[in-house]
Amino acid sequence: MDTEITKNLNISLSPHIHTGRTTRGIMLDVVIALVPALLISIWVFGADALFTICTCVASCVLTEWLINKYMLRRTVTITDCSALITGLLLAFNLPSILPWWMAVIGSVVAVGVGKMSFGGLGTNIWNPALVGRVFLLISFPAAMTTWPTEIASGIDSVSGATASTGATALHYLNHPDVTPNYLGMAVGQMNGSLGEVGAFALLIGLGYLLIKRVVTWHIPVSILASAAFFSWLFGGYPLADLLAGGLMLGACFMATDYVTSPITGKGKLIFGCMIGLITIIIRRWGAYPEGVSFAILLMNSFVPLINRYCRPKRF
Amino acid sequence: MMKHFKKGGIHPDPCKITAGGAVRRVESPAIVNVMLSQSIGAPARAVVKPGQAVNRGELIAEASGFVSSPIHSPVNGIVKKLEPVRDAQGIWRPAVVIEREEVGSDEDGRHKESDCPDSISAEEIIRKVGDMGVVGAGGATFPTRVKLSVPDGKKVDFVLLNGAECEPYLTCDDTLMRRKPIEILRGMRYIMKATGASRGIVGIEANKPQAIAAMRDAADRYPEIEVDVLRTAYPQGSEKQLIEALTGRRVPAGRLPLDVGVIVDNVATAYNVMEAVELDKPVIERLVTVTGPALTSPGDFLVPVGTPISTLIEAAGGLPDNTGKIIAGGPMMGRAVSNPDAPSVKGMSGVLVLPMEMSRREEAKACIRCGACVRACPMGLEPYLLMTYGERDMDEEARAADVLSCLECGSCSYVCPSARPILDYIRLSRTRLRSKK
Repeated sequence: MDTEITKNLNISLSPHIHTGRTTRGIMLDVVIALVPALLISIWVFGADALFTICTCVASCVLTEWLINKYMLRRTVTITDCSALITGLLLAFNLPSILPWWMAVIGSVVAVGVGKMSFGGLGTNIWNPALVGRVFLLISFPAAMTTWPTEIASGIDSVSGATASTGATALHYLNHPDVTPNYLGMAVGQMNGSLGEVGAFALLIGLGYLLIKRVVTWHIPVSILASAAFFSWLFGGYPLADLLAGGLMLGACFMATDYVTSPITGKGKLIFGCMIGLITIIIRRWGAYPEGVSFAILLMNSFVPLINRYCRPKRF
Repeated sequence: MMKHFKKGGIHPDPCKITAGGAVRRVESPAIVNVMLSQSIGAPARAVVKPGQAVNRGELIAEASGFVSSPIHSPVNGIVKKLEPVRDAQGIWRPAVVIEREEVGSDEDGRHKESDCPDSISAEEIIRKVGDMGVVGAGGATFPTRVKLSVPDGKKVDFVLLNGAECEPYLTCDDTLMRRKPIEILRGMRYIMKATGASRGIVGIEANKPQAIAAMRDAADRYPEIEVDVLRTAYPQGSEKQLIEALTGRRVPAGRLPLDVGVIVDNVATAYNVMEAVELDKPVIERLVTVTGPALTSPGDFLVPVGTPISTLIEAAGGLPDNTGKIIAGGPMMGRAVSNPDAPSVKGMSGVLVLPMEMSRREEAKACIRCGACVRACPMGLEPYLLMTYGERDMDEEARAADVLSCLECGSCSYVCPSARPILDYIRLSRTRLRSKK
């Protein structure tokens, strides 16, 4: 047998077949999982939300493209869709009325410093979107904690009488005399960053990721359980702590980032429990009202160590 | 109650398109190349000279060491020459070239029925298995005589027969179990007798219900043998995984099944043992699955050793125009073929023809640390880390991370969403470490 076909046979080592599952496919699943929360944020905050999301996504993707093309001079990697997710998640961590140029700065820091400076997708230590958010929070503390005074979902179930100050759900945590309206908090009747307002929508997204086996239960469950436990232990409202601020967003979408979380189930549980604990400590006693971002970033730093000590059991 | 291994594993599409089909016979070509290296260990030493006439089943090369196995002529004919022939990977290897006599002369005339196989001694079984060139038919091609020669001080409790056939596409073991269940079990009983084992278990994956039914039916007459159903998962047929699933025993790293009182053989090996013991018939033919999504007439074929791969593909309908890869063996552990004219060997269970669109790997992307390879690894290793060690020549770190217990089953590369060549680099570390010894 000596034909054109046999002269051009492909030769490679086994295995010769593949699942067909791709990094890009996984990233697109995450984008799909973010859609319910995205719709809620647009419902609550209106066109401002859409504008902020578009700004962040566009600047994140553009930043990665420019860095690939002109600084690293290598193949452009934006088609893996990870910059798209960073943009979405960064926007979810910002107030809807943040000036657009701050959102652009946050995006450049998130992708440029948070990801590309380490070598791009897969090599970064910290969650890029959170690097961007914390940079903005430290640089522009006032703008980053100014929320719209009126939100489209009507009643702000949280601040009630104090709506004019634009308080977020975190308000409770330091005003134990106000009884929280949990249902309102779960479906978006509260103020806060774009992606913080609809716990229910975030959980739908998480359900999708679990069904598609994009993430495992370990990190979300351990973060939420540990936060609720320590909230109760320190005399807070466990349910309010779960529904308020960025905890749900952090547990479902930020801490589950593959690159910056541990590999094994045991490692993920340690990682999640520590995030829950640190979040509650910061909320109770820290200078900042919110601690999820710091807790996740702090634990991101420990991931290599956790991976070293939580190895899979050998056969 | 389905049995299964506990850690890792994957569920590739079984693609058993040839299951349940007829067995077709393939004729040897006019010139037959018989490789002298058809088992693990030292190549056989030729005992024939050019010009010499040989009969089908006659010894043409003898074992040249303890781990070595003799080779027999698959045809009646005249030895033309002793010279290297290119194997499936294109490497020149010593072979005996036989010119076949007129078509239709390959009859089984010289094989006789043995009188009283049940009274045969363990030593006699081992001698016949060795003399008839029986080697592991699942692909590992370890000389079966060596496996049956249990060293003093070791005790064998179980003989396990591997009928898992967990490789996608392959169906030759399924077909053999459906058609020759009693013969397989007779072979199994000789293996049990030779090793002194009191119990035998046949493990078959749940996706072969007819093979399970046939084997269970045949096993009714032997109270010491049971047939267990295995959950369909890859690599269920791997030795350590099969032992864990069927007996609950774990073979520690670096140890042999014998160390936990177990011997594992493929169902086709047991069949060959039966032929060797009862019929004095050497291994000169085997069932081979010739398959692929684009072949017009795929199926299981009874193939004399030394038949070119290209002849098998012709018998299955010819090479499709869009062929991109030919694989000797299954898609998970088989080897890509660069020379389709290479002769078949005793360990070749399948020929898989893949179309172009299935024959190329995706471009490798960055590792996103998703942990899919860690979850898939049946040995509990960290393939993503081992790949990095392989890339950076960090062999001692790789050794410390147990790279030497890797099965090379390919589950890690199969699941990697970034299409990283994980197993390629693991092999690199393993090869370097073994050559250092």
